[in-house]
Amino acid sequence: MMVDLNSFGKFETAWCPGCGDFGILGALKDALVKLDLEPHKMVLVSGIGQAAKLPHYLYSNVFNGLHGRAIPAATGIKMANNKLTVLVTSGDGDIYGEGGNHLIHAIRRNIDITVIVHNNQVYALTLGQASPTSDLGYVTRVQPRGVIDEPIHPLAMAIALGAGFAARSFAGDKEHLSLMIQEGVKYRGLAIIDVLQWCVTFNKKNNFAWYKKRVYKLGPEYDSSDKTKALEKSLEWGDKIPLGIIYKNGRPSFEEAYGLPKDKALVDEEIEPAKVNSILKEFI
Amino acid sequence: MNVDITIKIAGEAGQGLQTIGRLLAKAFSRGGWHVFANQVLQSRIRGGHNWFQVRVSDIKILAPAEVTDILIALDNESVYHTRELSENSITIFDSSLIKYNSEKGLILDIPFEKTAKESGGNKLISNTVALGAVLGLLEYDINILFGLLKESFQEKDQGIVQANIQAAQAGYNLAYQKIKANKLPRLNRTNGHPRMLINGSETIALGALAAGCKFISAYPMSPSTGIMTYLASQAEEFKVLVEQSEDEIASINLALGASYAGVRAMTATSGGGFALMVEGLSLAGMTETPIVIVDAQRPGPATGLPTRTAQEDLEYVIYAGHGESPRAVLAPLSIEDAFYLTVKAFNLADKYQIPVIILSDQLLADSYLTVDSFDVESLKIERHILSDEELKNIKNYKRYQITDSGISPRALPGNPYGLVVADSDEHDEEGHITEDVDYIRPEMVKKRNRKTAGLLKEMSAPIQYGPPEAKNIIIGWGSSYGALKEAVDILNSEKEKVSLAHFNQVWPLNKEYFDFLNTAEFVCVAENNFRGQFAHLIAGETGKVIKNRINKFNGLPFSAAEIVREYKRLKNSL
Repeated sequence: MMVDLNSFGKFETAWCPGCGDFGILGALKDALVKLDLEPHKMVLVSGIGQAAKLPHYLYSNVFNGLHGRAIPAATGIKMANNKLTVLVTSGDGDIYGEGGNHLIHAIRRNIDITVIVHNNQVYALTLGQASPTSDLGYVTRVQPRGVIDEPIHPLAMAIALGAGFAARSFAGDKEHLSLMIQEGVKYRGLAIIDVLQWCVTFNKKNNFAWYKKRVYKLGPEYDSSDKTKALEKSLEWGDKIPLGIIYKNGRPSFEEAYGLPKDKALVDEEIEPAKVNSILKEFI
Repeated sequence: MNVDITIKIAGEAGQGLQTIGRLLAKAFSRGGWHVFANQVLQSRIRGGHNWFQVRVSDIKILAPAEVTDILIALDNESVYHTRELSENSITIFDSSLIKYNSEKGLILDIPFEKTAKESGGNKLISNTVALGAVLGLLEYDINILFGLLKESFQEKDQGIVQANIQAAQAGYNLAYQKIKANKLPRLNRTNGHPRMLINGSETIALGALAAGCKFISAYPMSPSTGIMTYLASQAEEFKVLVEQSEDEIASINLALGASYAGVRAMTATSGGGFALMVEGLSLAGMTETPIVIVDAQRPGPATGLPTRTAQEDLEYVIYAGHGESPRAVLAPLSIEDAFYLTVKAFNLADKYQIPVIILSDQLLADSYLTVDSFDVESLKIERHILSDEELKNIKNYKRYQITDSGISPRALPGNPYGLVVADSDEHDEEGHITEDVDYIRPEMVKKRNRKTAGLLKEMSAPIQYGPPEAKNIIIGWGSSYGALKEAVDILNSEKEKVSLAHFNQVWPLNKEYFDFLNTAEFVCVAENNFRGQFAHLIAGETGKVIKNRINKFNGLPFSAAEIVREYKRLKNSL
């Protein structure tokens, strides 16, 4: 069966008109078509938040779990059935805040999943509080004197932790984001894609124009295998924000390091109660 | 019971108590004797005062005894145990290593260290001298110990094996010659075929293997860690993926992901880790994802006594989790029972698409019991997952189809016939997020909770032990069965007609199983907790308040003797 845009259907959404999430959904569908990925062969995993509702808006297998817990659920799914393509799609609060510890250890583990972070630098579904990526000084009703905590630099953190694939894209550039998602899915290990996204309702500072003015694409001359350079690029934030695969290496995936068979998923392994008899003698 | 001997090895952490304790226990189980061995440890790696006790009998025993017949004293604090000694008890120690100033029972000063060195070894094998001495006192076949020493040390080198064998023989001879007044029974025969010796953690792990569990994610926490450790040792053979996760929140979410994808999955922890899993427990309820969770209880609150035992988490695991969704709680009454209940836990989880909690504890997890066999052949594995053939014939597959039983047809992601959508939000029959409060929400709540009706029928009746006509009844649950059963035997032998109603399937509670309360004259509930949690449950479910309670909450398990004492005290105070 050939996959086209119709394969993923059309759904009503609960997003605000003009939300950056529409751009991410469009780019994701485009990537899935180009990857020729049939809906039943993949699982979209999310946590909680407006971004985490995305899996409900296209045909796919879905595990929409708890706030912050998308990555462990996705990891469990991939471990049990490595024939499934597993993508996580959630927001900055979910992945970098509530689920921060899971992200840290998922990067170390390096299982073959693609983590798409809708990073709008604000908690939107709870009506506008600071997120781990909110800029210093960003004012909300809970942070009336402005954010005083240093923002997380997700890609620098990922690279420092040994991530094999760290990319940044922009919800307003469908073609680029689609390409990053395709590259992330093809990468044999954990791919993290930090997607800059505007929030039309709560983030008046980092709006579409703010990002549009600053983002630029890394050119072919950029060497994404140079870790030191990559760290530097991942911290570039201000007047200029680079987009692209910031860092990529060929470290072994969890599947390779663990020795999971490629041709047989765990879920297809036989259950043989009688086999227990063969180890009972060890206890005599 | 003709033979009932308890040997206690007492000393510091790091002195090898567990190693010699297990060797001793295994020496007896290989000779066909029944063994119950348990350990009482402090939460530290070196130092402190710990003990490992091995109770040996000609018949099956399931609990520790109160009296110590042979005490191997390896540190100064061992003198603490003189209160457990009888006049026939024997204490073995080395006066060059420790001070032991008690006159209770018979005292035997054996130079463990000197003998070890003379046997061609170093002081590390002093313990082997002590082992040999115990066998000498009991005139037990030392060749069985030699066999075990060979198996234990052959991978190191032949010299170590020889030194250990000589040290054991020397210890044997010293004890055998020195004690003329030894009044302990002699074990100079076998008591049947060699038996398995297994602890509770290993048994739950074996049950999981037999049930086809393919996935465990857990965070190390005493006293639950043994389950993950044993599964890791069999991971390749049985194709089990073992993942030590970053925290217990990850543990349960990993397992739920794996279960959603179709494998039988579990996690194991103790009370504190369970607290972190509660959010995930609620997720299992909402997404109707099967999972088996072991809570190996230890005394709380908070960190409590990490290496001691308790039954304090009963109400907690039954009520934990936001919102309302069904679950089952099984509390194995013995190590053997843990095997079958683990298989049952996986079957129930799959059939009802619910979390099933196995409520274990440190006593069950860390104790060793002799077991003749596990009846693996009779096990039934029931997955309740739609095949591709079945799915092919379903138009518009709905993961959360509303049904009379409350159980919806379960398919796995990856099948080409129906997408599998699971959501922690309230969802429609397809699994998609909804806020339809007029129809879908109430119908989904009812659907999920309808499963309890079926589940209730799956819960077995309590074990009734003792004279059926008895009007005096002790109620217990979980791992205290061995001590309570023995207490019932003692009381009946003293002409007090008592029976035991012991529950190993504690939630949901079937009211019908409490009909005996209508005719009973004296009832008491014995639990390893302060508040009497099972008694509360009984009151809540049946309306019958049982005021007589035996509660122990110092971190140690019940012994039969103290149950007998407490029972009499309650009865006499009426």
